[in-house]
Amino acid sequence: MANDPIHQFQITKLIPLEVGGVDLSFTNSALFMTLTVALSAGFLILSTNGRGLIPGRLQSISEMCFEFVANLLRDSAGSEGMKFFPMVFSLFLFILVSNLFGMFPYFFTVMTHIIVTAAFAVMVIGTVIVYGLMKNGFGFFKLFVPQGVPGALIPVIVFIEVLSFISRPISLSVRLFANMLAGHITLKVFAGFAVSMIATMGAAGYAVALLPIAFTVALTALEFLVAFLQAYVFAILTCMYLNDAIHPSH
Amino acid sequence: MAKKSQQPTGNDGANSDTNNTGNLSEEQLGSRLDSLERQLKSRRKDEVDSERRQGDSAGFSAALRLSTDFVVAILVGAGVGWAIDRFVGTAPWAMIVFLLLGFGAGVLNVMRSAGLVAENRALRPGPTADTKERKIDN
Repeated sequence: MANDPIHQFQITKLIPLEVGGVDLSFTNSALFMTLTVALSAGFLILSTNGRGLIPGRLQSISEMCFEFVANLLRDSAGSEGMKFFPMVFSLFLFILVSNLFGMFPYFFTVMTHIIVTAAFAVMVIGTVIVYGLMKNGFGFFKLFVPQGVPGALIPVIVFIEVLSFISRPISLSVRLFANMLAGHITLKVFAGFAVSMIATMGAAGYAVALLPIAFTVALTALEFLVAFLQAYVFAILTCMYLNDAIHPSH
Repeated sequence: MAKKSQQPTGNDGANSDTNNTGNLSEEQLGSRLDSLERQLKSRRKDEVDSERRQGDSAGFSAALRLSTDFVVAILVGAGVGWAIDRFVGTAPWAMIVFLLLGFGAGVLNVMRSAGLVAENRALRPGPTADTKERKIDN
């Protein structure tokens, strides 16, 4: 059991709860989502509480987060896209903080369950479709008909564009989920090598086990990078898709 | 940081050297040219290093995107074709056609993520073309 690399992703019920036949138990996943929201909201609220004109250390950190996402959104969706700032900022911060939570030993990584990432991706694409249709009406479907394409090719191109659009929410969710899952499994497997080497080889095992432990250290650093990059990639793609909803003239 | 702040002074020295070459022997001139070359080389190496470091993280995030974009589009194509086959009863044809279309969509996705296809927006004058251009530069 100690070496089972999948065990860390198991969902356990902390407070069993059932409402009208629907299982609404408070699970370890829910616990870490709550912790993520509490930490990110609490940090932002407390650090900006002073409202200093000259920011202190903590206030600088939250202002840097704000500026980072605001620039990301403004660069790819223009100033019109800033009305989606609360959504993009919350998404970025939630993914980043929950991924970083996952880097603590014995903590649960929320993003290793595809249902969570898929819910985010569906929310993003749903926002794009609903807002795009609201703002542009049927002009939104121009998204699928690129300009400057010869008439004979248009039917083929439209199919390709539609498939490309359908693949967006899937690749958005699969990318985040697969990277977090694979990273955590790899970490566990390499750490498990060290344990089994020591158990089977005795004294010599301690010397040989240094190798997988070195790998585990290196992978941990890589995982921190991936935790940030995945949040960044998710946020920047959200911005680009929102840009399509705002300017569908593609 | 320390290296960088030293560089300008070193370079200035080299510049003033070249200004009064008139009263220098060939040997001195040669040695000075050598030292100038060395300084330039170390400076260029610094620049290349910092460029490569920036490229690493940008390249990493691009790689994360490109790989999934391509594979997922093919899977979606196959899936859509399979669903059409199932409901219309045209087994294997829709799946074959949509698998190929999915391949096309995957290539399109990758080219778009890499900024090789300008999302057709460049054809349109206006602020949107502007923002596109900037993103591709990044």
